[in-house]
Amino acid sequence: MKITLAIAAVVLLTAGTGICETQQLVSAGSLTSQNSTIDTGDTAWVLMSAALVMLMTPGLAFFYGGLVRRKNMLSVLMQCFMALCIISIQWVVCGYSLSFGPNIHGIIGGLDWTFLTNVGMTPNATYAPTIPHEVFMMFQMMFAVITPALILGAFAERMKFSAFVIFILLWATIVYDPVTHWLWGDGGFLKNMGALDFAGGAVVHINAGMTALAAALVLGKRQGYPNGISPPHNLPFAALGAGLLWFGWFGFNAGSALKASGLAGNAFAVTHIAGAVAGVTWSVLDWLRYKKPTTLGMITGAVAGLAAVTPASGYVTPIGAICIGMGAGIFPWLVVTCLKTKLGYDDSLDAFGVHGIGGIWGVLATGLWATKAINPDGADGLFYGNPLQLWIQAKAVLFTMIYSFVMGYVLLKFVDVVIKLRVSEHEERVGLDLTQHREAAYTIID
Amino acid sequence: MKYIIAVIQPDRLDEVLKKLEEKEIHLVTVSNVVGRGRQKGVAEVYRGHKEQGSLLRKVKLEIAVNDAFVEPAIKAVIDGARTGQIGDGKIFIIDLPECIRIRTGEKGNMAIG
Repeated sequence: MKITLAIAAVVLLTAGTGICETQQLVSAGSLTSQNSTIDTGDTAWVLMSAALVMLMTPGLAFFYGGLVRRKNMLSVLMQCFMALCIISIQWVVCGYSLSFGPNIHGIIGGLDWTFLTNVGMTPNATYAPTIPHEVFMMFQMMFAVITPALILGAFAERMKFSAFVIFILLWATIVYDPVTHWLWGDGGFLKNMGALDFAGGAVVHINAGMTALAAALVLGKRQGYPNGISPPHNLPFAALGAGLLWFGWFGFNAGSALKASGLAGNAFAVTHIAGAVAGVTWSVLDWLRYKKPTTLGMITGAVAGLAAVTPASGYVTPIGAICIGMGAGIFPWLVVTCLKTKLGYDDSLDAFGVHGIGGIWGVLATGLWATKAINPDGADGLFYGNPLQLWIQAKAVLFTMIYSFVMGYVLLKFVDVVIKLRVSEHEERVGLDLTQHREAAYTIID
Repeated sequence: MKYIIAVIQPDRLDEVLKKLEEKEIHLVTVSNVVGRGRQKGVAEVYRGHKEQGSLLRKVKLEIAVNDAFVEPAIKAVIDGARTGQIGDGKIFIIDLPECIRIRTGEKGNMAIG
């Protein structure tokens, strides 16, 4: 009961005003005078891309779910699906407006578009002039959903479900929405500074990765970490999840062109190339260091490569993508296999190591390999004669890292004080499936 | 009557079943088990983290036999499972006071066959 009240309070708090304005949604949607600017090809592609990105969250659920112990499988699936449901609601209520609504000092969007007021079937010329505004909103919703879901890799197997729900609602509103506005919102201060983040290297991956690091520190290690933790309970699920992520990533990156265009085609190509190169790179490093190429290493490398190319995908050539992929195989590999064990923090499923480090590398690498030959609306990077771009990218990385880490840390501490983040020792031993959801993922007897 | 419990390497199961078949021992129950003995085994590596002290996969056979079949059964298991490497497994034999066939209610030697 207490939890229900708390959730209701958060929803109401974040909702602000606007429920009475829903009427305007209808009237805005019925305006047909500008429909002529809608391009059917672009609209079809972005609709499809939104569906592809949606599939990434269940994909992530299986990627992460395969890596936890049997007793925690459902808790991971449940957290991902709950993120899908609850962040979608938050996005409609206020998230979209805070992210993309009329600019307030470059920091955050206004509340004018709460409950999707004025977000209708006609295009918004600023963001995507050839597709319905509502389609753009849905495409962006899927990004807002998967980003908090990524964080759970850091606190898997030990966080209370109620705490998870409250935390992601707060995090989406206070961390994700402003950072999205900084980089993608009209008038966002990092966007105005010239920072390039095509599909979410900073907005999604650094953002989730840094809060993941904060979560690993606030929650502490799982019991028995590092030596008493059983191996991943179902690597085939992890491979299935990685496959779905890879598939969805075409929507994530190529869809971010917001057009069915040559740029979308290039983003599609460089996304695939970087993922492939990073998968091979990680395998080779495993092979050299641990004598065998591992399945988990291969798919982890691919995901790191896809994460790293995300901010760059609208600005780099296939050669640039190969270089970014190699870096994405190397840096996250070093952090995950060497540094994490040395430092001793328990980022259970390497949300920071893969997405945080992959994202940081990707946003910086955009400042190295970006070229106007691919995207005239972008910028040239260091290797194309513009070292200043690297500095701009570094500033975007720093702002995102610091804000996401600090605010993530503060929010987690806040939720901890209010309702406690972590399950009891007993519940952790028994497993979250039974203690948080009263279910078991697998039956032993038919 | 004896109850023979053999814990063997999973990859030797087919061979052991074949040898038992040759001795006309058909009644056997097989289960996947994990355990540990003196064998160190192969350490699994996940994202560079080596799994230490993990239990090893084995296969357990349970064979109920009349006294005349005890030695042939032991020989079959050893012939099938032995590689000479550490970790080949163990055979335990215990007395079996009773055996009942559920379908007919037969008891003892009649029931085992």
